[in-house]
Amino acid sequence: MDMLTQMWDIFLQISRGMGITLEIFFSTLFFSLILGLGLALCRMSKFKPVSILAKIYISIMRGTPLMLQLLVVYFGPYFIFGIRITQSYKLQAVLIGFALNYAAYFAEIYRAGIESISVGQYEAAKLLGYNKFQTFFCIIMPQVIKRIIPPVANETITLVKDTSLAFTLSVAEVFTLTKQLVSAMSSMTPFIVAGIFYYIFNLIVALFFDWLEKKMSYYR
Amino acid sequence: MSLLEMRHIKKHFEDLEVLKDISLTVNEGEVLSIIGPSGSGKSTLLRCATMLEQIDDGDILYMGETAAKSQGGKAEYAKPADLKRIHGYFGLVFQNFNLFPHYSVLKNITDAPIRVQKRKKEEVYEEARALLKKMGLEDKGDAYPYQLSGGQQQRVSIARALAMNPKILFFDEPTSALDPELTAEILKIIKDLAAEKMTMVIVTHEMNFARNVSDHIIFMEQGVIVEEGAPEKLFNSTNRRMREFFGKLSGE
Repeated sequence: MDMLTQMWDIFLQISRGMGITLEIFFSTLFFSLILGLGLALCRMSKFKPVSILAKIYISIMRGTPLMLQLLVVYFGPYFIFGIRITQSYKLQAVLIGFALNYAAYFAEIYRAGIESISVGQYEAAKLLGYNKFQTFFCIIMPQVIKRIIPPVANETITLVKDTSLAFTLSVAEVFTLTKQLVSAMSSMTPFIVAGIFYYIFNLIVALFFDWLEKKMSYYR
Repeated sequence: MSLLEMRHIKKHFEDLEVLKDISLTVNEGEVLSIIGPSGSGKSTLLRCATMLEQIDDGDILYMGETAAKSQGGKAEYAKPADLKRIHGYFGLVFQNFNLFPHYSVLKNITDAPIRVQKRKKEEVYEEARALLKKMGLEDKGDAYPYQLSGGQQQRVSIARALAMNPKILFFDEPTSALDPELTAEILKIIKDLAAEKMTMVIVTHEMNFARNVSDHIIFMEQGVIVEEGAPEKLFNSTNRRMREFFGKLSGE
């Protein structure tokens, strides 16, 4: 069998895991971008206990391996509360673990963005009678989003690659299937096919963020 | 009628007393200029009047309505609902414009009247276009702030403040970020507004302008009003400190 058809065959087998890889990717982006904003606001809170708690949370989530966190989320309910773990909880544990971890990184990106907006913007908004809610969502956030696109793109590209960590809980995503194929075939080729898959995935992600940056470049 | 009355205003930052017992009154249709060296407290006074800073002690009244009242040696501010109404009486033009960069010129001007004052969209846009025409910017409505010169940006920010129909308009060193040519543009607009009897309080370093446009001038130094009065009275003052200040300005 020639090389290309063999690779195509491998690709078809791996592609059964793409749905789950995409699910981890989009679910993590969705939940951690929302959670991260809340976390950033807590981190910047003038009420010290809240800000310190947020700081500790971010410190732990950034300071320990994601792989370890996934295991804790998965086994935690059993070892801490004695709850019986079901098979379907595996994927949920991955989704929860990823969202909790990425929220910490996004929180710091949001914070950097929010703190980069000059105090003059808040003062102008206050003088024009905007309330706090309007000021934040109409005046501040749109400018923050434009400024944080590059670091968010960075983090998103890392996320694409990190989805492979779900193999820790043997969730059937692309990387888990690849490893199984490598064992079954005693061949490196599945790794190469998986590498191409992740690379193309990230190429699309990068193109999307390029497009977004262009779209937001109507003002400076 | 007095539009703004500030009585015995005191304000300190940590152990620095910035305003030491300042009182002033601004009547309808009047132009008040506040001059003085850097660090004299004139910008702080403006920020206290526009409630960007809280005063420690004293009274602030707009249109006879109490915004802050001295009570037992401490300023007590009015209830949020009252403050919100009082906020509608005044506008502020900043030194560095503070336009919203993500909004077009027209949106900068119209957004607050529509979103905050809940006025009709068509009516607000019509008024905004008229204001832009007055500012000589009728073709800039769809431009974004970064595409404009400093002078144009400052004119937009004046239009933005005027679109809220304030009773009194404050200017915080409106030309300090501009070169002489652009400064002249802005001063002309303020002069035109004065001719229309717009009530204004202007913190400025432009002495000749202050002399020409003002009904009343306050000279401040180190948190106190050193001298005040009609322009001619001030510029002919025999006060040693004032003579020094004007002397330095004219390079004598």
